[in-house]
Amino acid sequence: MIRTTSLRFTYQNTKTHTFYFPDIDLSFEQNALILGPSGVGKTTLLHLMAGLLIPKKGNVFIGNTCVHQLTRNQLNNFRGKHIGIILQRGYFIKSLTLLENLKIREKLSKKRTNQNRRRQLLEQLELTEVSNKKVHELSEGQRQRLSIALGVIHKPKVILADEPTSNLDDKNCEKVISLLKKEAQICKSNLVIITHDQRVKSHFDKHIIL
Amino acid sequence: MVIGAKGSPLQLVLSAILHMDNPTGNISLDEVLRIRKNPMIKEAIPVSYGDNYMGYRILGTSDQYVGKYGATLKEGKLNTKNFEAIFGAEVAKKLKLNIGSSFVSSHGLIQNEVEEHDEKPFIMTGVLRPTGTVIDHLIITNIESVWEVHEHEEEHIEHKEEHKEVTALLLNFRNPIGALQLSRSINKDTSLQAALPKFEIDRLLKFLGIGFRAINGIAIAILLVAGLSIFIGLIKTVRERKHELALLRTYGATTFQLLKLVFLEAFFLSLIGFVLGWFLGRVGIVLFSSLASDAYKYHLEISSPDMQEFLMLLIVVFMTILASILASYSLFKLNVSKILADA
Repeated sequence: MIRTTSLRFTYQNTKTHTFYFPDIDLSFEQNALILGPSGVGKTTLLHLMAGLLIPKKGNVFIGNTCVHQLTRNQLNNFRGKHIGIILQRGYFIKSLTLLENLKIREKLSKKRTNQNRRRQLLEQLELTEVSNKKVHELSEGQRQRLSIALGVIHKPKVILADEPTSNLDDKNCEKVISLLKKEAQICKSNLVIITHDQRVKSHFDKHIIL
Repeated sequence: MVIGAKGSPLQLVLSAILHMDNPTGNISLDEVLRIRKNPMIKEAIPVSYGDNYMGYRILGTSDQYVGKYGATLKEGKLNTKNFEAIFGAEVAKKLKLNIGSSFVSSHGLIQNEVEEHDEKPFIMTGVLRPTGTVIDHLIITNIESVWEVHEHEEEHIEHKEEHKEVTALLLNFRNPIGALQLSRSINKDTSLQAALPKFEIDRLLKFLGIGFRAINGIAIAILLVAGLSIFIGLIKTVRERKHELALLRTYGATTFQLLKLVFLEAFFLSLIGFVLGWFLGRVGIVLFSSLASDAYKYHLEISSPDMQEFLMLLIVVFMTILASILASYSLFKLNVSKILADA
């Protein structure tokens, strides 16, 4: 469950422009697509929901938690446990292998690590064979799948994906979307994708247009 | 205190005690015996030298000399008769002579084959344990042997009437005031000179002091630069890896955990640096020591880590902490959202 109430945000360096975001209300396991042209504040909204930015007004509720009333440490904890972020550009810990990247994500979520879960996830994303390779040795597609794995490994309540398909061809786009949907189902979480990619539209019922 | 012929007191000390310089000249035994009667003197050891074997100085002296340096026999026996000699540890090692073998001395303090005293060979009777002092580099015999080698020579050349000489006299006093009084009276009233080793060595070190100070200054400058480079390295780490650090924040890591990460990295770097530096330093000392013991008869001890180095480690760790705190200042302001959005 994720809900936002009259979110507003202003960047410090451009005080004049304030983003007004429509309220979002997703029920259990409901997925949503946030659409809109560039510069309208899609990534800002995502970061607000992930608690990386602090809104000027309004609030974000995930489950029964009011995200922006948490203290700094509580927020760190909460983010580690219940939010999975899939970034537009994959960032990884370069000096570690794929498997070690997954393990560190799991460890920081402070949930009990689960070897079965890790193995299944790697199998589903077809990463088992390369799990001991360093991140820079992976192909573009493998990296994309790794960032999905990093977003869902700890079974978060909300999966936030920022333009997960922007660099992919049609075939891989389909694959990634279906993987995300499947994972969201397994984790019993809300999947929120922000995109301007028209190809994704047909896969989701709920569209929020900024 | 050392008593010898007039000349530079520094030279006297260097030659008679450290065996590094040429002697100032000889003094007659009569005068030595007269000085020896002084009641303030606790111990007087005559030393007489002027010959060498393969470049190692042969020192004629009394039995007290060996005891003075705390040297003990490793094998063989002490020299009791004329033309018996015991070898310092280093000499024995380098020359590879065995006990019982004989050798002939040559005139002067550096090796030459021309002026050998071949008529009067010495016999090696013992080898001393290494002491780390100058005695390791000496061949020690009794004082009569040195006289006899040269008497023979003098008879041939000058047919002079016999008068015995020693090169210098090493004195030990009952109290320091006695030393001062006697040195004053010797320097004033006799043709001899008295020199205090400690005073002369201090004077020598003062001459070299500028060099030492410069080296110390350079060392401190290097230390500061090292600290600065740790600091700059850390800042670079934080900058270059801000994406990774921001990523860890989205994973739920706290600012404190990131701080710990940066600090540990710096700590390991400086620890490795310290250990390597210590090790290389010791290797340098070993190399220098092996060179120096040949060239200057100077031996450096290789010691285990000492208190001063431990203090150094503390300073290094402290500098690391300081550097990592300064460097990670930017971690507190890490704008995760901005870093991740700037694709």
